[in-house]
Amino acid sequence: MATAAPSDADRPHSGLPASPEAVVVRFAGDSGDGMQLTGGQFTLSTALAGNDLATFPDFPAEIRAPQGTLFGVSAFQINFGSREINTAGDAPDVLVAMNPAALKVNLAALKPGGLIIADTGAFTKRNLDKAHYDANPLEDGSLAKFDVLAFDISEKTIEAVKPFGLGNKDALRSKNMWTLGLALWMFDRPREPIHDWLKAKFKSKPDIADANIAALDAGHAYGETAELAGPLKQVHIDPTPSAPGLYRTVTGAEAVSLGLVAGAQLAELPMFFGGYPITPASAILHHLARLKEFGVTTFQAEDEIAAICAAIGASYAGQLGVTSSSGPGIALKTEAIGLGIMTELPLVIVNSQRGGPSTGLPTKTEQSDLYQAVYGRNGDAPMPVIAARSPSDAFEVAIEACRIATQYMTPVMLLTDGYIANAAEPWKVPNPADFEPFPAQFLTEPRGEELLPYKRDEKGARPWIKPGTPGMMHRIGGIEKHELTGNIDYSPDNHQRMTDLRKAKVDNIAVPDQDVCLGETSGKLAVVGWGSTYGPIHRAVDNCRAKGMDVSHIHVRHIWPMPSNLGDLLRGFDHVLVPEMNTGQFKTVLRDQFLVDARPLTKTSGQPFQIAELEREIGKFFDGVPGNEGGQVPANDQQLPSTEV
Amino acid sequence: MNAPAKIETTLKDWETDQEVRWCPGCGDYAILKAVQRTLPQLGADPANTVFISGIGCSSRFPYYIESYGFHTIHGRAPAFATGAKLANPDLDVWLVTGDGDGLSIGGNHLMHVLRRNVNMQIMLFNNEIYGLTKGQASPTSREGTKSPSTPIGSYDHPARPAAFALGSGARFIGRGFDVSKHLPDVLKAAHAHKGAAFIEIFQNCIVYNKDVFNDFAAPKGAEDRQLWLENGKPMLFAGDTKGIALNRETLSLEVVDVTDGDWQSAGVIVHDVTNRSVAHMLIEMPFGPFPMALGVLYDDPRPTFEDAVIEERKRASEGKEANLAKLLGKGQTWTVSGTAQDPI
Ligand SMILES: Cc1ncc(C[n+]2csc(CCOP(=O)(O)OP(=O)(O)O)c2C)c(N)n1
Ligand code: SF4
Ligand SMILES: [Mg+2]
Repeated sequence: MATAAPSDADRPHSGLPASPEAVVVRFAGDSGDGMQLTGGQFTLSTALAGNDLATFPDFPAEIRAPQGTLFGVSAFQINFGSREINTAGDAPDVLVAMNPAALKVNLAALKPGGLIIADTGAFTKRNLDKAHYDANPLEDGSLAKFDVLAFDISEKTIEAVKPFGLGNKDALRSKNMWTLGLALWMFDRPREPIHDWLKAKFKSKPDIADANIAALDAGHAYGETAELAGPLKQVHIDPTPSAPGLYRTVTGAEAVSLGLVAGAQLAELPMFFGGYPITPASAILHHLARLKEFGVTTFQAEDEIAAICAAIGASYAGQLGVTSSSGPGIALKTEAIGLGIMTELPLVIVNSQRGGPSTGLPTKTEQSDLYQAVYGRNGDAPMPVIAARSPSDAFEVAIEACRIATQYMTPVMLLTDGYIANAAEPWKVPNPADFEPFPAQFLTEPRGEELLPYKRDEKGARPWIKPGTPGMMHRIGGIEKHELTGNIDYSPDNHQRMTDLRKAKVDNIAVPDQDVCLGETSGKLAVVGWGSTYGPIHRAVDNCRAKGMDVSHIHVRHIWPMPSNLGDLLRGFDHVLVPEMNTGQFKTVLRDQFLVDARPLTKTSGQPFQIAELEREIGKFFDGVPGNEGGQVPANDQQLPSTEV
Repeated sequence: MNAPAKIETTLKDWETDQEVRWCPGCGDYAILKAVQRTLPQLGADPANTVFISGIGCSSRFPYYIESYGFHTIHGRAPAFATGAKLANPDLDVWLVTGDGDGLSIGGNHLMHVLRRNVNMQIMLFNNEIYGLTKGQASPTSREGTKSPSTPIGSYDHPARPAAFALGSGARFIGRGFDVSKHLPDVLKAAHAHKGAAFIEIFQNCIVYNKDVFNDFAAPKGAEDRQLWLENGKPMLFAGDTKGIALNRETLSLEVVDVTDGDWQSAGVIVHDVTNRSVAHMLIEMPFGPFPMALGVLYDDPRPTFEDAVIEERKRASEGKEANLAKLLGKGQTWTVSGTAQDPI
């Protein structure tokens, strides 16, 4: 079995042309195999080669799941190409399977005719049993519709690192680098950046660095030799044409952190960040903890409640309070958000949504906290909500959240999700000078004769008065307060007025008009999305338009309040389709706000939408368009089958 | 000692125009007066003083003090106060909480503010009942307390606030009661302590738990039932006729008789506020066989949380430049040329 060549050696592998427009590769292995690292480094070298790309890391909830098990499989998918890339790709062209479990879990996703690269060294009886394989799939012909390149990567790795005197167990740790080396050769990527990275990573253990470099080089060399032997071909992908400038890759969690730092600077405020570890939000705490020189204080609190309360306390004392969490943690923060709304203090709450309810799917993605963000508090407690559509978009959205919070004296919820938080994409590094500053103002003396801590400005915002300011002593709290003085006031008229004022303040927040990001501003079908569905919707609408369908893509950033032109815009289309990774929450909000017949297209499998499934659903609105067999308008509350992965 | 500059004020300067809403005869009034009397003595600056509270009768306190005040949510005041102190360490923060607020819903936050040692005064008004919600048993209610939620008497074992505080790592523990003339002294000592200073104040809820502290707080016979501790002084009470000694065999405290003022030969302990083991014994000393230990039970400062945070921020920033443009362009980057302009 340990031969380099697939059984029918003269078949061209994977159906990949020599220079395809885009390729999807999925690295899959045991959670201990280092697949996320492999994927991350492959991403970097791909970015350095000038390709547009999108990634999708998909890892198990368990930290160290038992080796070889199906639930311990960790995967990293990357889509890269010479054209604009919007998603991590529907189906991989190439699947790297480091063990039987990885093959079993990921095979269904692979394109027919796709290439499987498998480590036969890991296809032992024991691992086959753990993956519930009765027979070795590499040998029983069950993979006939794919190209299989199976050889003993384990053995080759051990051989490559032999000079470094590592035991077998340690040597096998370099398996992922060997595989990465092969992948680098296959797609003609430079090895130097990975060499540099390994040297930096194992600075204090040069032996380990050298062993890994040797493994990487051996994998690369193997590609060259195997090509000479026939089955493996090198694939060339031209750089993506993109605007000139400096680029880097960025994940959503990084972009949010950087955006918050930028937002605090634009507000001319130090930032206080209160957090409590939770997947996938922790990354923001980790990033910010290393940015102290930017006037950032990070506070790992005893729980999510303390994290938000400390952030509100810091805002009260004159800093920009920020907190961040996911699902269960956001639920815990709810009462304190109400206090932030009542005391009208600036606060940014980042919600990196994950699958729910309860603990749900901690490492998977979903958009099911929209109701919670918009409506989920006791009392009439209006709060602005804003959503990032991609990792790089999260930078600007975080700045926008800081602007609204400080200018309108209100908590703001910023929605991202597990996909955005973890996924990486190339990012044209912005110039901070291009952003309009919005310096925060503190009231240091009464505006009139009397100190009125709740007297609003033309935007409806109350003044921000820092404790420590002479002559401005006053009391605030969660009890209903008098319209002007802020003193306790339970009177019926006052509560009516205060409720109206709080609502009006949020309703009147200036948000930019909604644009149409692809297609006409009126027509047959608008596909309306928010958040991380941007990529698949954009590509699907683009493909459908190329087929002649009259379809437009509208992607909403400002979930609450909504852009004032959005209602009219939607009414200009015969149909409105709202794909989202929940049971139709944004659709309901759109219907409620604009009385439009928004149709849901929902998916809650913990996996992002695929382009093909969106195209299929869009196609149903276009009877008679060539290439479209559908022609049926989807029934209300249609749920896509969620079994594809 | 928080406020740098001492300010001249009178009790009147600390009164607000707000109508006080406690029941007539509530012990909270006496505590309010004691605090308003203490603040001028401290030279406290109203503009720099912040009262932060949770929810409960006791937590209404900030509305009645002419300073900055934040009436937050149930149990979470320590977290708000921590954030405020980290944002502005110069603020002189007083935290007001109740036995329910601080030990039920907010027990977690109280524990952490104490162990972190955030510099503030924490006053826990212990009336052994939920006052604001109309008299249910609280975590400090004595076993057998009859209340609307425990009609035939409570059966859970009460928590001891001072023991909880010490166990959480508090470095200052004071005790007093609402109408005691010594309360301002305890408050002053707490204020002088740099770090989280925990003060348990027994407070009479005249409506739902009337006079539960009379056994030791009633003026009549108080001498015999109260042990007022003073650093460097022998632990004497009952007109110096009794004292507290250490039984070296059982390693526990005992009450000894003192004749003719000769406390030394009776083995009475001299109070050392920095002795954590003795502090623990004093806190746990059961009332009845022993008097109630009051005053400053423990006072042994250590570095504060906010100082550590500031220090860490300084160290982490050393030699680093806060250049946002550079930060954005950090890591492995590549340039797409054309009319490329470098954003840095
Ligand atoms: C989240 C929440 N739960 C419950 C309440 C109701 N509540 C208000 S005060 C209180 C108990 C107060 O008891 P304590 O802290 O002892 O204060 P006291 O009124 O006795 O001074 C409760 C349960 C609340 N305000 N918020
Ligand atoms: S209920 Fe008790 S604690 Fe509350 S105000 Fe009345 S007497 Fe005071
Ligand atoms: Mg109470």
